[in-house]
Amino acid sequence: MGRYVIRRLLQMIPVFIGTTFIIFAMVHALGDPVSALFGDKAPDPAVAAQLRQSLGLNDPLWVQYLHYMKGIFTGDLGKTFAGQQVTSLLASAYPTTLKLAGVAFVIEVVFGIGLGLISGLRRGKSADNLVMVFTLLVISIPIFVIGYVLQYLFGVKWGIVNATVGYGAPISDLILPGFVLASVSLAYVARLTRTTVAENSKADYVRTATAKGLPRRRVVVNHLLRNSLIPVVTFLGTDLGALMGGALVTERIFNIQGVGYWLYQGIVRQNTPTVVGFVTILVVVYLLANLLVDLLYAVLDPRIRYA
Amino acid sequence: MSTAASARARTGDTAAEPLLQVRDLHVEFRTRDGVARAVNGVNYSVRAGETLAILGESGSGKSVSSQAVMGILDSPPGFVTGGEIIFKGRDLLKLSNEERRKVRGAQMAMVFQDALSSLNPVHTVGTQLGEMYRVHKGSSRKDAKLKAVELMERVGIPAAKERVNQYPHQFSGGMRQRVMIAMALALEPDLIIADEPTTALDVTVQAQVMELLHDLQREYDMGLILITHDLGVVADVADKIAVMYAGRIVETAPVHELYARPAHPYTRGLLDSIPRLDQKGQELYAIKGLPPNLLRIPPGCAFNPRCPMAQEICRAEVPPLLAVTEEDGRDLPGRGSACHFWKETLHG
Amino acid sequence: MPDQQPDKPEGVPDDANTELSSAFAETPTLGAMGAQSLLDEEDLTHTPPQSSEDVAVVDREVARSLWQDAWRELRTNPIFLISAVLIVFLVLVAVWPGLFDSTDPLQCDLAKSQLGPTSGHPFGYDTQGCDVYARTIHGARASITVGVFATLGAALLGTVMGGLAGFFGGWIDAVISRIADIFFGIPILLGGLVFLSVIPSQSIWVVVGFIVVLGWPQIARIARGAVITAKQQDYVTAARALGAGNGRLMLRHILPNALAPIIVVATIALGTYISLEATLSYLGVGLKPPTVSWGIDISAAADTFRNAPHMLLFPAGALCITILAFIMLGDAVRDALDPKLR
Repeated sequence: MGRYVIRRLLQMIPVFIGTTFIIFAMVHALGDPVSALFGDKAPDPAVAAQLRQSLGLNDPLWVQYLHYMKGIFTGDLGKTFAGQQVTSLLASAYPTTLKLAGVAFVIEVVFGIGLGLISGLRRGKSADNLVMVFTLLVISIPIFVIGYVLQYLFGVKWGIVNATVGYGAPISDLILPGFVLASVSLAYVARLTRTTVAENSKADYVRTATAKGLPRRRVVVNHLLRNSLIPVVTFLGTDLGALMGGALVTERIFNIQGVGYWLYQGIVRQNTPTVVGFVTILVVVYLLANLLVDLLYAVLDPRIRYA
Repeated sequence: MSTAASARARTGDTAAEPLLQVRDLHVEFRTRDGVARAVNGVNYSVRAGETLAILGESGSGKSVSSQAVMGILDSPPGFVTGGEIIFKGRDLLKLSNEERRKVRGAQMAMVFQDALSSLNPVHTVGTQLGEMYRVHKGSSRKDAKLKAVELMERVGIPAAKERVNQYPHQFSGGMRQRVMIAMALALEPDLIIADEPTTALDVTVQAQVMELLHDLQREYDMGLILITHDLGVVADVADKIAVMYAGRIVETAPVHELYARPAHPYTRGLLDSIPRLDQKGQELYAIKGLPPNLLRIPPGCAFNPRCPMAQEICRAEVPPLLAVTEEDGRDLPGRGSACHFWKETLHG
Repeated sequence: MPDQQPDKPEGVPDDANTELSSAFAETPTLGAMGAQSLLDEEDLTHTPPQSSEDVAVVDREVARSLWQDAWRELRTNPIFLISAVLIVFLVLVAVWPGLFDSTDPLQCDLAKSQLGPTSGHPFGYDTQGCDVYARTIHGARASITVGVFATLGAALLGTVMGGLAGFFGGWIDAVISRIADIFFGIPILLGGLVFLSVIPSQSIWVVVGFIVVLGWPQIARIARGAVITAKQQDYVTAARALGAGNGRLMLRHILPNALAPIIVVATIALGTYISLEATLSYLGVGLKPPTVSWGIDISAAADTFRNAPHMLLFPAGALCITILAFIMLGDAVRDALDPKLR
């Protein structure tokens, strides 16, 4: 297993470098950050030249990239054009996103696995078909459509919850957005669970467990689920990493000022430091989550642990 | 001596009632393409301490019938549509699911072919063995583990104390099969059904595992049903053989008699297909044709399309399992043949 | 980031998008699920020959290939039939919108702004006074074009890359896998936002190109797995022993058998790409006017949803039905091609 862990870690390095560099390059192609800094006013050429020099913009791209990476490892992500430290903006936005992600994750786990289990055990029956239709619909409808429609129905028309999330993002306000955010993942989790459960029910070791005279519940929980949930848990792990990455569309619809919201603002206003900083952190979080999930996989499956 | 054997010794009842009696069992599979009749009127019995070998190719119904006996038939699509399965005096088919579950594992156990896929990969061997005690006898985790070690030692797994915490994939094929046998043995059942227990193993390991089964059977005085397609494996261990074809038993005989004097063309064909050293230079024999599609079993005797002796009557009438006798009419106990022309096959 | 490929959360380790169809066996994945490839190498999850005989229901008289079997099954599957009809209809609408509507979607009359459905204009008018019905009909072309061509591109590129990685293994595999991982690491929506806002061109092909560039790793992952699985089969070893060269092996033996999971993923990906295009347009970086796109319409209608829901609902409905049709098709195709689910 040690070999496996080291291999994954090593593989992660070029990926990290490659991804962050591409993002860095793309963002800098967004446009000249100096002119953007000046907004609509035309910059004084001398001042502009000096700024460029001080920001290191005359260096080749890869040098700029290295400077920036060094900054990351020392916790310095630069300043936004408004003069705020990117890290402090991140620090204020992240907890909100975390709360939203947390709510979404809980919904996803409970309903996703629950529905998938019911569906997988009753394959072909009406419960199964219902779940399949429901998940199919959820997957087919783009998230922004789901968001607006639900926001309208629950927030405005029926007035059950607040249509937008209030200041400080209280949990009660986050339930509807959390559900919207979780919706697609929920559908995938349900289908994934269904497939693994249905498949594993036909497995030889399940037959053995039944032949041993074990009660049905024990067969399902200790044998069937314990195996079926391995891929599901690993998927949930990566999804959590993704959720924590910020939910652009959801945050926009419900006016949640989390990471995704500020990121979108940054892109629209060409606020390069913000964009690069946020995206880099998102990528780091995502890659870390993937790594952890791979390790988790080894923990859950003894065939990998004691390969 | 096991409880069953000592009980019998006490009452002086050595051979009275068979342990298991399967009567006129019918099992069908309802598929999208039609109804496949996997088992069509099968009768056999096993006594305590006796080994019955059920021989047949894939599709003969040998595994399906034993799964029906155990009550682990995949249902749907499989359904038991007729017959009786009388185990220790009770018809299992008439019991509730819960009652049947209690019989499984405790009084009747099964050993499967591929231990790697038949054992749960994410639980230790000790947990899976100990589970038998925890579920059926309410043992504590600690006690169950101790018994698991004992079991492993009994079936000849070295370093049991350490290996009890290992996972199935960490064992070799032969050792894994021993674990399977240990699991079946745990609660000292009266009957063990071994479904092709050695097919996935190397020849030398095969012999060891068969010997283990044989020893255990004698020690615990269990009934043993051995399901296989391999004639060689059977010779040492079985007392009697039932040959199955297309869901029916086509011949029964004590083991050595079957080999020496088969009374059914199918059995004869199987035996003739075994290559022998003195056949050097000659063409190998194989029964022509293929086993039938269970959705469309040929009318009359199912073997008739492939039988060298087939006549009109074979295509018209299904031959029942007839008692086989010597030429002069003497009784040959335990022998039966489902062939209209068994006399010609046996004596001719 | 669940929003990134809007309807597919990142890191779905699946072989067939909407669910983990491990019927296409343990397809090893690039990067993230490296564990799976370990399992394959160690062959710890081999599927043994079915011991207790399966009821031999195989029709031994007529040999049927996987494709013939699949077609037979598809023909009777209601989901397939419905989605196929829908798709044919949608393609018709996309190619010949004139058949369904004679109004020019770009001819707008501000005076009619936000009017509800009236006779002759069943879907009403949007904020600019354009006929929503006309825009919905004409919007089909953009979505279907993007979907079809992006899928073709991604499938082609992905199959080639993944196939090469799977077939040759070694350092080729390592390089291609890492490249794919890098693209996987870029959140698709974010990538789209940044990338597409940089490119000045308004062309629909930019969007298609972008989706291909970020979408090929997913297909490559499946292709690689399928090729590896096929490569390990005995018939390939046999062909090699008979002297078949790499090219022949790949084209005649491996690819035909690896095609099934690729087709399934590609079909479902089509649906997700259409969804992605709509989301990008909604965010303002996808297709732009004067191109008529459902995403643009939905985005424009979002703010006034409460007052004039029809402006959002009709294009949204059309979008959902289109995506649904393709995903249903993918589901049906997967069920037909998947031996284990029979």
